[in-house]
Amino acid sequence: MTSHSPFARPLTDSAAGGVLKVVDLRVYYDTPEGVVKAVDGVTFSLRRGERLALVGESGCGKTTLAMALMRLTKEPGHITGGAIWLDGTDLLDLSEEEMRNTRLSKIALIPQGAMNSLNPVMRVKGQIIDGISAHDGSAEKAEMNSRVAELLSNVGLSNDVAQMYPHELSGGMKQRVAMAIATALAPQVIVADEPTSALDVVVQRHIMVTLGQLQEGIDASIILVGHDMGLVAQFAHTVGVMYAGKLVELAPVGQIFKNPQHPYTRLLIESLPSLEEKRDFQGIPGLPPPLIDLPRGCPFADRCPSVMDVCRVEDPVFHAQGERQFVACHLYPEDVAS
Amino acid sequence: MNSLLELQNVTKIYGGGLFSRSRTLALDNVSFAIPSESPQITAIAGESGSGKTTMARVLLGVVAPTEGKVLFKGQDVAGMTRKQRREFRREVQPVFQDPFEVYNPFYKVDHVLTTPIKKFRMAGTKREAQRIIEDALELVGLRPDETLGRFPHQLSGGQRQRVMVARALLLKPSVILADEPVSMVDASLRATILDSIRNLNRELGIAILYITHDLTTAYQISDNIMVLYRGSVVEAGSVERVIKHPQHPYTRLLVESIPQPDPDKRWGAETTVSNTIGIAPGATTCKFVDRCLAAMPMCAEAVPGFYRIDPDRGALCFLYADSPELTSTEIATVLQRDADSHEPVATGAE
Repeated sequence: MTSHSPFARPLTDSAAGGVLKVVDLRVYYDTPEGVVKAVDGVTFSLRRGERLALVGESGCGKTTLAMALMRLTKEPGHITGGAIWLDGTDLLDLSEEEMRNTRLSKIALIPQGAMNSLNPVMRVKGQIIDGISAHDGSAEKAEMNSRVAELLSNVGLSNDVAQMYPHELSGGMKQRVAMAIATALAPQVIVADEPTSALDVVVQRHIMVTLGQLQEGIDASIILVGHDMGLVAQFAHTVGVMYAGKLVELAPVGQIFKNPQHPYTRLLIESLPSLEEKRDFQGIPGLPPPLIDLPRGCPFADRCPSVMDVCRVEDPVFHAQGERQFVACHLYPEDVAS
Repeated sequence: MNSLLELQNVTKIYGGGLFSRSRTLALDNVSFAIPSESPQITAIAGESGSGKTTMARVLLGVVAPTEGKVLFKGQDVAGMTRKQRREFRREVQPVFQDPFEVYNPFYKVDHVLTTPIKKFRMAGTKREAQRIIEDALELVGLRPDETLGRFPHQLSGGQRQRVMVARALLLKPSVILADEPVSMVDASLRATILDSIRNLNRELGIAILYITHDLTTAYQISDNIMVLYRGSVVEAGSVERVIKHPQHPYTRLLVESIPQPDPDKRWGAETTVSNTIGIAPGATTCKFVDRCLAAMPMCAEAVPGFYRIDPDRGALCFLYADSPELTSTEIATVLQRDADSHEPVATGAE
């Protein structure tokens, strides 16, 4: 997308520098067995244009966190604490109506399996216009048509696609349509939950390149939720590693892959098979703890090769460790501040 | 060469019946064999729609080829007696993709282990059955006391998948066909599952067919690889050669598209173009002609042969037309290697 796009938001840098600020966010699920702390005290901020990837094993809370940012947490889940500051507003303070207006226009979601999120009995054009007109009902028909054409061309699709139904499109094309919808109102933050998980590698690369161009074109920030570390290494600027509902490490992508601090991150990186050399690659022994009745202390303690006595009694604090690197681990003293 | 499991000119067409408009050519004259001596790990790699799952089904004997033959120990699977067929079903064991779907949630995991033992009468007594089960679980790195007596939901995806590998092991198979066994489990657990599969090959001499879309894990555990594209084997040979130095333009595209978990190794430049020469692939062209950067006029006029580029690798591409062409039954010979040559490939010698 080019900057002279008629619907690109004028650039206004917020004074704080951060577009999105998440503070001590908690999402708990009430179940008959007890309270599941799916997201438990997550804090991070996102700068304009930044690409943050959230990674972790299934069940670590990354999708729950993404949905909470959209305030789309479903029962029996509840956002039980914290704040989500976007553009000077705490999203958790908004009414349902205000939040509905915020979605898509300020923060937009590309859902997991986005290709299955399209309406099967509605033409592509109608689905794109639906999103726009819900926020801006005044647009003229001719203007809408040219908007749809431009949005489609931004994601690398021809205007013929506008008249098609989802079943006429391939998986990659549907994913592109989902991206066109998500960026239709030039949001400040795009949340993409595993956007390429069902696609082949060749298509995957095209989609990720397109997503990057779109995001740069509207100067948005992006939160990529994924478990494919290869994709994360290629796409993200910053990586947040989640474990058992907590953010355990947050650092620039180079640091995460070359100099991981948290023992979990280190094992995660070591478990990745490489194309460079054949070697015995190892998994991480053990399993994540159940999120009900988590014992005191570090949730990774039982699997950690560097575990110490303190790890089982005291929760590690998520603190700065050098410049732009944060870690929640007792191995690192807290006074090494940035 | 004595082959354990062999495809001879297998073509599989879906549809094309009286009322169906479209025919899908899922496998197009595919031949290959896994030798009975020196069992290896052979990867069958391809993207969705390449025919790899059809190939798995044909190899398991659950789908009959439209043309061609499947041979097990030299015997045509289609013409087997009941007894031979039973033996075939025992010796060729599948491990499927989804470690969640294959379990009945109402039964304990023991059920999937005791059923095949009963069915194939692998044990005379309950105690013997128990011992066989415990041995199989230990071989895949599971502790019987932590696994047996549990319900499927009490195990992790990785544990469930390893129970499926143990289930296959119970029947003392000579071939395990693993169809995307790790695509639904987390990276941290993938390594353990692949490791246990590799050990079965190294320690028990079971031949493994590893069907996957993931070239990285294929490279890590396999000796040989076949790359499928639209139902044809476009490149085959030793995994060192094919993955490290791909020759077919499609294999190159695949390898370059792999997102490497290293921020310093950026995705290569775009190597694909759509329809360079404006020709749709058909029965008389190369199947990759519409996406190929190296397409030449002849690629749109004839079907390329399978050329032996190296002693242990060949490709279905006119770029290598100077190399000797192999007949379809000879294609398997690029996969043959000495039992103990697991070192990097030697060059030149034939």
